[in-house]
Amino acid sequence: MREINVNLITEKVKELCIAANYDLSEDVKAALNKAHESEQNELGKNILSQLQENLQLAKEEMIPICQDTGMAVVFLEIGQEVYFTGGFLEDAIQEGVRQGYQEGYLRKSVVGDPLLRVNTGDNTPAVIHYSIVPGEQVKITVAPKGFGSENMSRIFMLKPADGAQGVKDAVLQAVKDAGPNACPPMMIGVGIGGTFEKCAQLAKEALTLKLDERHPSSHIAQMEEELLEEINRLDIGPAGLGGTTTCLGIRIKTYATHIAGLPVAVNICCHVNRHESVEI
Amino acid sequence: MKKIKLPLTKEKVLGLKAGDMVSLTGEIYTARDAAHLRIWESLNKGEEIPFDLENTVIYYLGPSPAREGKVIGSAGPTTSSRMDKYTPALLEKGLKGMIGKGRRSAEVIQGMKEHKAVYFAAVGGAGALLSKRIKSSEVIAYDDLGTEAVRKLYVEDFPAIVVIDCAGNNLYER
Repeated sequence: MREINVNLITEKVKELCIAANYDLSEDVKAALNKAHESEQNELGKNILSQLQENLQLAKEEMIPICQDTGMAVVFLEIGQEVYFTGGFLEDAIQEGVRQGYQEGYLRKSVVGDPLLRVNTGDNTPAVIHYSIVPGEQVKITVAPKGFGSENMSRIFMLKPADGAQGVKDAVLQAVKDAGPNACPPMMIGVGIGGTFEKCAQLAKEALTLKLDERHPSSHIAQMEEELLEEINRLDIGPAGLGGTTTCLGIRIKTYATHIAGLPVAVNICCHVNRHESVEI
Repeated sequence: MKKIKLPLTKEKVLGLKAGDMVSLTGEIYTARDAAHLRIWESLNKGEEIPFDLENTVIYYLGPSPAREGKVIGSAGPTTSSRMDKYTPALLEKGLKGMIGKGRRSAEVIQGMKEHKAVYFAAVGGAGALLSKRIKSSEVIAYDDLGTEAVRKLYVEDFPAIVVIDCAGNNLYER
């Protein structure tokens, strides 16, 4: 058994909230640079260079990459040998978000009641996903999610007979509907299988996967490749004004499902696909 | 690049076509979801609203907080379609320009044609870069809304693209 004081969790969550909002991971930056080189539309190329400049400026001058610094989504993978001390784990996570958004000059974008809509003033509560894994480590991932793109995300409860083509059509439909609203170029996380809520969570997790890797199953890896190509032929382009760069990367996660179902969730994200992790 | 000095008069609107790259200099106001709701409710009740809409440009923006000594934090556009419900009433009162990103409803476009207004897009996701073109920022109403308060901004050479002009031409419908 390993004891971990929850104050450490607060500290790490705070640091991750700030880090995620000022710099992107190397794979995302590499995809943006590659897109800038290959973009065929002059205006599209110009917009991509503005996004590159924006990233540089954000890091140098400590201005958040995007003013929508997101609702904090926190993934916790907890080794089953871990014993938390010093307080309630969930309070510690929320405190980390509170401190991170305050000390990091991040926008407070959360309303407490979805209908009464009063801003909570400190960007809490975060959405937290826990999982128990073997061992005595804790892995924390903070993925602040902006809502311009979150609003364009979709769930489709397909029939088994719809098959792989049905899945691809659903993804393409979601991307077309998102169009210029979701700040293209987009990044797309897809969840296939499970239940209604499981496929949505898979799609969210897929957004934290590396863009330069592929699904371990070859038919899903092939679907990732094909969808990327087909989406980039839609001519939505940077800022929705046309071009060959509509999507910087698409990742898929799958899970077993019921004999009667084929759930598909499409979680759309803009190029500001923020996720930072730490293992303790 | 067309340089435009604000306020945005009808004559200036008539000179803009979908696809034009522009740079805006002058005073604009920020308002997003919650501020639009309050303005719309006030208009419906015949009450005063925080600023005169005549020849005005609204930027759909909720900035991140400013660091000490800075004018504003990150300051890019939010998705315009959430303001569609409220926009026709504002166009009737003389609103001439909107800066945001993404599609507009048929009702908004109809209102823009009727009252001669223009819809600009700024680059979504470039909030750090756009913040450099904002030279002053002052909360003038609804302070309790935090980032959603109404701010008066002075912008210099703020870059935008005319997406929908006052004839209804739409750059998103290619």
